[in-house]
This record gives sequence, C-alpha cells and structure tokens, in this order.
Amino acid sequence: MKHAPPITPRTTPRRSCRRLASLAVLLCAVPAAQCGLAAAAEVDQAVLDAEAQRVAVIAESRQAAVAIFAASGQGGGSGVVISPDGYALSNFHVTKGAGDWMKCGMLDGRLYDAVIVGIDPVGDVALIKLFGRDDFPHARLGDSDQLRAGDWVFAVGNPFLLATDFHPTVTYGIVSGVHRYQYPSGTLLEYADCIQTDASINPGNSGGPLFDSQGLLVGINGRGSFEKRGRVNVGVAYAISINQIKKFLGCLKGGRIVDHATLGARLTSQDDGAVIVADVLESSDAYRRGLRYGDEVVGFGGRPIRTVNAFKNILGTFPKGWRVPLTFRRQGQTFDVLVRLSGVHGTEELLEKMQGQVPIDPPLPEPEKNPGEQPGDQPAPGPSDRPGDRPGDRRRPRPALPQREAARPMPDVVKQHFESKRGYANYYFNTLNRTRIHAALTAHGDFSSAAGEWLISGQLEGAGDAQFHVSDQQVSCALPGGELTLDASGDLTSATEPPGSGGLLAALYLWRRLLVLGPERFGSTYYYGTMPLAGHAEPVEVLVGTYGGVECQFMFDAQSGHLRAMEMFLDSDGDPCELYFFDYDKLDGRDLPRRLDVRYGDNVYAAFELVDFTLDKAPED
Amino acid sequence: MPSHSLPIHSLACCLAAALCAWLPSAPAWARTSAPSFAGVIQEVQPKIVKIFGAGGFRGLEAYQSGFLISAEGHILTAYSYVLDSDVIAVTLDDGRRFDATLLGADPRMELALLKIDARGLPHFDLAQAATAETGSRVLAFSNLFGVATGDEPASVQHGTVAVKSRLEARRGVYETPYTGPAYILDAMTNNPGAPGGALTDRQGRLLGMLGKELRNSLNNTWLNYAIPVEEMTSTVAQIREGKFIPSSAGDDQSPPEQPLNSHLLGLALVPDVLERTPPFIDAVHEGSPAAAAGLRPDDLVLFVNDRLVQSCKTLVIELGQIDRADKIKLTVIRGGQELIDVELAAPDEIQ
Repeated sequence: MKHAPPITPRTTPRRSCRRLASLAVLLCAVPAAQCGLAAAAEVDQAVLDAEAQRVAVIAESRQAAVAIFAASGQGGGSGVVISPDGYALSNFHVTKGAGDWMKCGMLDGRLYDAVIVGIDPVGDVALIKLFGRDDFPHARLGDSDQLRAGDWVFAVGNPFLLATDFHPTVTYGIVSGVHRYQYPSGTLLEYADCIQTDASINPGNSGGPLFDSQGLLVGINGRGSFEKRGRVNVGVAYAISINQIKKFLGCLKGGRIVDHATLGARLTSQDDGAVIVADVLESSDAYRRGLRYGDEVVGFGGRPIRTVNAFKNILGTFPKGWRVPLTFRRQGQTFDVLVRLSGVHGTEELLEKMQGQVPIDPPLPEPEKNPGEQPGDQPAPGPSDRPGDRPGDRRRPRPALPQREAARPMPDVVKQHFESKRGYANYYFNTLNRTRIHAALTAHGDFSSAAGEWLISGQLEGAGDAQFHVSDQQVSCALPGGELTLDASGDLTSATEPPGSGGLLAALYLWRRLLVLGPERFGSTYYYGTMPLAGHAEPVEVLVGTYGGVECQFMFDAQSGHLRAMEMFLDSDGDPCELYFFDYDKLDGRDLPRRLDVRYGDNVYAAFELVDFTLDKAPED
Repeated sequence: MPSHSLPIHSLACCLAAALCAWLPSAPAWARTSAPSFAGVIQEVQPKIVKIFGAGGFRGLEAYQSGFLISAEGHILTAYSYVLDSDVIAVTLDDGRRFDATLLGADPRMELALLKIDARGLPHFDLAQAATAETGSRVLAFSNLFGVATGDEPASVQHGTVAVKSRLEARRGVYETPYTGPAYILDAMTNNPGAPGGALTDRQGRLLGMLGKELRNSLNNTWLNYAIPVEEMTSTVAQIREGKFIPSSAGDDQSPPEQPLNSHLLGLALVPDVLERTPPFIDAVHEGSPAAAAGLRPDDLVLFVNDRLVQSCKTLVIELGQIDRADKIKLTVIRGGQELIDVELAAPDEIQ
C-alpha cells in the first residue's frame, strides 16, 4: 500500500518557489547555451571515468537512504538502512520527534512501516527497523578512522522534508576535519570524535548517511553550526562517525537506551601540553587500577592522548560498561591498564534528561491552533525561528509543513515488534536477543535436566587437587589450601570466599544457576549487547543478570554461543570476580569447559584444569 | 547621495558568467586534481594558526584565524576586536602556544600583522602567492566556529571563485571599509572565527585572506569573500618596516575635559534616523575649519584618526574622545570613488 506522506505545500512557500524557479531559469539560460561549446571541446577520458564512477556510486548509495516521516505527520528526517532485514540508523533527535514508530520512504517509491529498536540519546543515534522486505538495499559500513581532511564525501537525505516522492537529495563536499569534538547541545547530544564536512546539511538531513567516495557509510549527519545565519547550511556540519556507532550497535540492537561512559577522572592540560589527572573518583575502576592525581595520561582506547579534547573524543565513542586500555605515566614509569568505564548518568537521570531534551532539528511545527485558518497565513512560529536576530530580519522561507492529523493507530506489524517497558526503547528486541542467546546455549547441551548437585573435580595448576560441589542450596570447595562451604540460599553480597578470589564460590553458584534455569528464570536479566572481552578485540554478547543482590555479566562467544566468561560484582564500586572458560568439550551430550581461570582485580587468583563433571538430575521429591 | 545597491540583474550576470567560465576549464582541473586533497591540505595546515583574544560575549567570538608568512613567526590576520586585548594568544598547528605582539594594523584593509617569537616555522611566502580568476577552484582554511583547539588542524572547505570583483560595489549594503578587489566565493567560508583564514588554490598556493563577516543589511544575505594577496603585500611590508602605528594604542585614555564635536569643526551630519546611519556630511558651514579643509556635503566619513566610524553615533563618540586643542585627521569618501584625507582643528578663539 502506498501512502502519500501528509505534506501539503502552503501558498507562501509555493509563491517563493515560483520566484526561485524563474531565477533558476535565468541562471541556467546562459550556461545551457554554452554547453554546446563545452560538449564540442575535448573532455579528458579520466574526467569522464571519474564522473561515471561518481554517478554509479551515488546511484547505488541513494537506494539505502530513508526519508523518515513521523506517523503523526509532525516532522521527520533521514536515515539509512544497514542490513538486508531492514535495520536502519538515524538520529535520536529525529526519532524522538516521531515516537515509537514511523513511516519510511525509500527510493523504490514504497513507504515502509518502521519501529524504534534502540537509542543512544547522548550520541544522538537511533536504530530503527523497517518491515516489508528481507532484501532491503543497504549501505556497507566503512572505516571512518581512515578519513582525512580533503577526502570527497557526499550526504544523502531529506532536507527540508523535500522527499515527498521519497527521492533523496544528494549534496557533495569534502571532509573539513576529523576527530572533532562538539560540546553537548542542551543536556545531551554530545558529538565526540565526529566528522566535519562542508557538504550542505540542512534541517531534515539529520539522521541521514554520509558516504565516502567509494559509497561506504562513514557517518550519520546530525548537527550543523547553525548559529548566526539561521537554520540553513553554513558550510559546517558534523556527522557521527560510523566507527563510534559500530561500538554501540550491539547494544542498540538489544532495544536499550544506551548510556555513554565516564572514566571517573577529570583531566586538564598543563602549560607544557601534558594531559594531567586533576581529580579521580576513589570509587572508579581507574582509581582501583592505580590512576592517581597528577599522573600524565598518554594513551586511551588505543590512541595517543595529547589534548583533553582528544581524550574526550575517544571517551565519547564508548558505551557504558566497556573495558578500555589506558596508558599513564608517573615519575618516568609507564603503566598500561584496562579500565572499566562507568555510566555518565544514573538510569533515572538519563530518562529524565531525555524527556527534557528539546529536538534541535528537524522543524517540528506547533500544532495548528485553528483548523479554519485561511490559506496563505504565515506558518506558526516553530522552534526554527530564532529570537535575537537583527531588527528588520525577514521571515525566512520555510519548508512545506506536514498537515497535522489525528494520531494513527500502530500498524499490526509494528505492534508485533514493539513492547513498551520503562528504561528500554523497545523491550521486544531485548527479549528477542535473550531468547536467541538461550537457544544458542541450549544447543550445546540441556542443563535444565541437571538440576541436582554438580560435582566438578580437577587440578589447581601447580598446586594439587581441586573439587567443587555446587547445588541449589550451597557451594563447597576442597582446595590444596583447605575446605570452604558457602550457604547460597540467601543474600550473596558478602560471599567473598575463598579469600582473594572476589567470590569464586558465589560465581560458580550463579554460573550453574544460569545454565540450569536459563536467563528468564535466573533472576532479573537483560541483554546488554556486545562488548570486547577483556584484552581481546573480538566482541562477546553479554547478558546481565541480578540474583541475591549480586550483578553478574555473562559473556557469550558471538559465533559459537559458548559462555566465554563471567564477571560477578559483589559490590558495584568494587572489582568483580572474573571467570574465564576455555577448551569446551562434549561430556554426556553437554559442552563443558576443561579449563577455568579466575581473576580478581589485578591478580590471577587461580587456573583450574577441570577433569571430571558429575551433573546430577534433580532429586526426586 | 550616491547609490549603494548593486542591481540584482548585474549580480545574476556575474553568477552566470562564473558558471560559464568554469565549464570549459573542467578538463584542466581534472588533470591536476588528485582524488583527494588530503596531501595538499596536510602541507597547508601547519601554516594556519588559531588566534584567541578579546570577546566571548554578546555574540562576539573571542577567536579568529591567521596564517604564517615568515619562518620567524610573522602572522597575517584580520584586524578585529579580537586583537584588542592585552594578551593575544596564538596556537600553532602543532599545538604550541605563543603570546603574540601586534606589530601593526591597517584598519582600512582590515588586516593586522602579528609576531610570535619562534623560528623555522612553515609559512606562506607572500612573494610567491598565486592569483585566481572567476571559476578557479579554491580551498579555504580557517578555524571557523573555533572547532579546533590545541594541535587539532584547522577546518578546510572547498569552493569556486564566483567572481573577482571590487567590494566597493557593496559599500553601504555590506558594512566594510575595504572597497578594493575581492574574491567572492560560492562556499560558506566567512563564518565566526574564519576571519584571517587562508584562501589557496588547489595546489595549496596562497591566494588571499578570508575577510570578516559581512552581511547585507537589506536582505540578510552573507558575503563570502577573501582579500587577494596582491592587495595586501605593500601594506604588510610597510607594517614590517614599522611605518604603521598599532591602532589599539591609546584606547584606554580617559575622555578629554574639553572634547571636540562636529559643530566646532563646522560640520553638520545627516539626521541620525537609523540604528546605524552612515555618517554623511549634510552641510559645511562657510568659513569653518571643515570648509577650509575642503570637506563638502555628501562626503562620507570613514575614519577619524585612522579609526573606523560606521555610523553617526560612533562618529560623535570618536570626536568626543579627542581634545579640541588637537588636530584631527578625517578620511572621507567622495562620490563613492575618491578617498580624501584632510587635517583640521577647532578654531583657537572658541577654546
């Protein structure tokens, strides 16, 4: 079914359009006459080839562009499809105006229903999903860190919501700067490590793709320096780098509202250019890893740090919860550590700020107060009118405004893919991923039938025999150093035994609990998304479960579905007990790890070789 | 009064001419242009500096751009309120910071020369500068909007010279004392922070300096332009030889006890009816110092003692800063063409 988007040009813009058109005719007349001469002239084959290549690249890239229209008919913006099943990127400030679902026009002339999936309100990114095809034309993701000032780029989008026939507008320019930092606008919307371009970006381009000259997606256009000249292109626009979005994508797919990260330390520049720690929170992981007041920070996230801006740039590309390499110097000595980044906001604080966030773009007109307005009236002043301009400012030409319509009912396909839950953008997608992870886990063995006591015996590396008994009520261990028992029936927050492990027994208890009960019955569980496993490049998928007052992160191999690691936090301001599982092997139809490493803080607590597992069935009542 | 507006059709012709001019030249561009300008840009950026000074309130940015024109740290930039500060901080492309000295400024050209104490710096050689014609493809380098700090490189934009024309045609519509030739650009180069930036060709050769923000007060359009190097070279040389007096000198003097005013000189200004009424002379009293100096009705006062006056109000303020015992220098423009400097003083008997 085809819907014409609810956009009706008004008389005033139409009149100015006609005036513009006649000007265009005037301007075109002379060059057109000259074209004959130009065609007769010899054109270098390299020019023709370059042009042909550019035309081909743009023709392909345009197909993935999306013109987003709010279902209410109020405003819209741009987006770009990134997968054949219809996942698409846009700006948070575009989807916020649209709500939980939207209409998306594409070059094929069709209007698709789409639902919100996940949002990154600080980074101004939204992930949506279009329905109706499994072979959507989609953009290929590039590597934005390879961009240099001077590279050709082009933007595709829906400026001024012009794409009433869904044919996007293409604007061409160069990269004006890379690794730019733009301070938060209002309370959120910080653009860190972004790409600056002089391609024309206007209201409505927001959320649309920035492509490199090969047609690879390198950024999402979202912000311009609209300061003095009104809300039109000023030759300075900023795109969120695709490399930042790649880090958030796994989290966004989980239907979450994803927060950005903080190191828990404040840095300043010294006169000699050194970036120095001016303050560090004692509750931060950076402090526990040894960062102190006065240390010089020289590297972060794998990049050198020479300015505070560079640090903020890198920090702004990470989601909350990631562990990131940090290099600092003290008295000539260099330290390389891995720091866990905490969230910038509390959960409630972020939700509150999102409510207060004023969309900066695109134009969202005020609802018409008087439906009987005469045609030709000036549009109601929207947020695009800036006060404080010089007297004598004329009203700027404005785009055609969509007519307000009664709220449309959510289409069935959207209803089937949407679940509202506080703290989530779309809880449906969190459930979807938890179910998927669980299914991948059970494919390696059915543990629900092993609800009795588990006996695990093996060797503590270089020290002798080790044995663990894990059941619903208690966990005990027999190690070369002695024997210990933990009553696991109640609160676990003080279960630190064995000493120095950070709570190995409690962690084993929760490990068994997840395997036997699955994520839905484990406790309160959500799908976090993806993050790199400590010290590794490849991402793992993370489930976060809370039981007995203790938070536990379970990290699954994205390919095999095996549990690679888990981190158990007895105290949210302390180090977790980290368990790493290796060498999976089939035993009675179940994949089990033959090796277990335990780390706590900066230390390796123990490495076990696991020789035998006896997993009892649930005791008969 | 002379007419100040450029008829729309002639502007359109200029644009049309610009469009025609580059069509046949496309092959020439293609032969010399690499797929990316990254290489050229990396050579130019070390010559661009970020300048921080006065401002930071009421929409006045406390920063602008500049570029190095000698290995010893001479920096060419736009003359503006940003430089009207005790401390002018300059940050080089590599992040090093220097306090700069204002060697001199030409308020008419709106250019200033700064000096930092450094050696062996990458720089543009004014003697080697290039020229561009209508249709030339150009790059503009500046720290517009103060985007870059520390060792972050300046911003670069691409564009075309739409026309090389005299700014004079726009006098009175765009407020600028500079009326000489300028490169008018099709790119949005003249933003806050951009004044003093460098315009180069696509081989990175210096063409001109990005001017200050200019807005047409009639239709709110902004002008993107650069002053060609050849217009600035002799002034820059004079400043380097020490012929210019830094015009910020004497700013903090208290007003004189017996201030000068226009009546003492025998001048009557046009009625001050606008927010910025151009300071045209309405009448000159017979036998007055103004008449003796040769001033005439319809002369437009541009400078008082080399200080720019943009309106009747600022002219009155400037005169009020001068003791009536002192001689003053007025620069007026007559018939939209002729710049005339005159010296005059209030008659003795009135004192």
